Amino acid sequence: MINRVLSETGVVFQPVLTKNINLEGSERIQVYLDSGGYLAAKKALAMEPAEVVNQVKRSGLRGRGGAGFPTGVKWGFMPGDASHQKVIVVNTDEGEPGTFKDREIVEQDPHQVIEGVLIAAYAVGASRAYVYIRGEFFLGVKRWIKAIADAYEFGFLGENILGSGFSLDMSVHRGAGAYICGEETAMLESLEGKRGTPRLKPPYPATKGLFGLPTLVQNIETLACIPHIIRLGPEWFAKIGTDESTGPKIFSVSGNVRNPGNFELPMGTPLREIIDVYAGGVPGGKKIKAVIPGGVSTPILPARALDVRMCFEDLAAAGSALGTGAIIVIDETHCMVEVARRVSKFFAHESCGFCTPCRIGSRRIFEILSRMENGAGRPGDIELLLELAEGIDGHTFCPMGSALVNPVRSAIKHFREEFEHHLTHKTCLVPKITEWEKEL
Amino acid sequence: MTINGSCQQTKLLAALYLAQEQFGWLSPEAIQRVSARLNIPPGQVMSSASFYTLFKLKPQGTNVIQVCEGLSCFLVGGAEPLIEYLSSKLRIQPGETSADGLFTLEVVQCLAACGSAPAIRVNDDLYENMTLESIDDLIELLKKGGY
Repeated sequence: MINRVLSETGVVFQPVLTKNINLEGSERIQVYLDSGGYLAAKKALAMEPAEVVNQVKRSGLRGRGGAGFPTGVKWGFMPGDASHQKVIVVNTDEGEPGTFKDREIVEQDPHQVIEGVLIAAYAVGASRAYVYIRGEFFLGVKRWIKAIADAYEFGFLGENILGSGFSLDMSVHRGAGAYICGEETAMLESLEGKRGTPRLKPPYPATKGLFGLPTLVQNIETLACIPHIIRLGPEWFAKIGTDESTGPKIFSVSGNVRNPGNFELPMGTPLREIIDVYAGGVPGGKKIKAVIPGGVSTPILPARALDVRMCFEDLAAAGSALGTGAIIVIDETHCMVEVARRVSKFFAHESCGFCTPCRIGSRRIFEILSRMENGAGRPGDIELLLELAEGIDGHTFCPMGSALVNPVRSAIKHFREEFEHHLTHKTCLVPKITEWEKEL
Repeated sequence: MTINGSCQQTKLLAALYLAQEQFGWLSPEAIQRVSARLNIPPGQVMSSASFYTLFKLKPQGTNVIQVCEGLSCFLVGGAEPLIEYLSSKLRIQPGETSADGLFTLEVVQCLAACGSAPAIRVNDDLYENMTLESIDDLIELLKKGGY
């Protein structure tokens, strides 16, 4: 459930993307229609496709899947000629640890996204849409199959949609458990029934994507923004947030907070406000040690760096990234070597194995951090970790290589004393959580 | 759609899900069946089947319990304590199936339920905010054949 709390200043942000989520039967088409659903699609279908692209450009919307690429610009990359069949792929392979916003949208409000896809498809001239849903999201898959069937029945999908002459077909494709398939070219491989190994870019999907056709791959939260931009106008959207990060954003907050959950807030909301006010702060009177601001592939921020706004530009300036906007709060009882070890285990498990630096490097990093954590670290291990990171970063087909070194490098950068303590004393600088709890 | 002859291959993941449902797991027989039906070489079928964690290449228990060991589950005291508890309760190690065939225990990466950690997944359903007590109740329920 999405939690809504009054801000300290008393100013309430009216949720946009999650406004229907707490309604009874929010996944049903009638509930969506009653809340003004599909009016934006009617409006868009009466516009010139180029004008739709233009409005999305003017809104300043940037991709919500992690990379933050300007959405309207991405749409502009799709070839304009009508001679090619074009495809849209909806990326719902949410798997970045700390992130659970897409699951909420998939399960609770599929029609908002279907409307967004319809508008996007019309804008770029795509006639086929594939919704790639993470295999574990079984409820989401079930609800989407029903939602798509309903959208066909109501005339929002299929031939000659709302009498506009525009046609769009849509189907659900269930993933089968692979984090890497969230990377857009790996997702295309998976849709084609193959192993989900990323492709070398260029060519980019806009030129040569699914089945070799021009393809637009877009995160589900990004697409959920589209109907609102068309309905209320790009200027309305651009006024929310900061100059370079516009619109509302769903922040997933987890870890050591009293009130974890998804919070839809304007881009640029201060990180500290999200943690203290919305997520209720750290329980048990403990202090924050570190925060991962955008999912585990973004660099860790130490407690002293938390006075930062949650937007693309400020987090980049702070040496991290907005990523998926998934905030993981780590309190003072946790060992950062263990945090880094756990994250590196995730990446070692999820490496698709195609590029050697990532396949071998992720495994070696996990092994070294494991032996450090277990008191068997060797002198020079910290340097070895940094050397491995150097060898991986930028030397892989897809961004996973850079993603996996971020947490390790940032943990060493900000908490080097904990790594050194592990090497010299063979134990954690902080008591382990179990020992800590015994003391209470 | 028959571009680059990709028409049959594109059905592969869906076909593997169907085969897994029918056979309980992707046995060599199931792989052969998918291969024959889609006219894709068995090696190619196996190549895709072995890539994805939701495709099972060995027999599974009636109930597959997946415990998340992601960072957020760990931070709130989940992951290892739950895994150890389930492991001793069901007398199986992660990756194993109980002798009565009722349970398979798996340790998995993030289930995208970090806001309601610790989370586990049983078959196709997600269970959130797990405690040792709620695990006891769930196991009892599963033993009785319903949940």
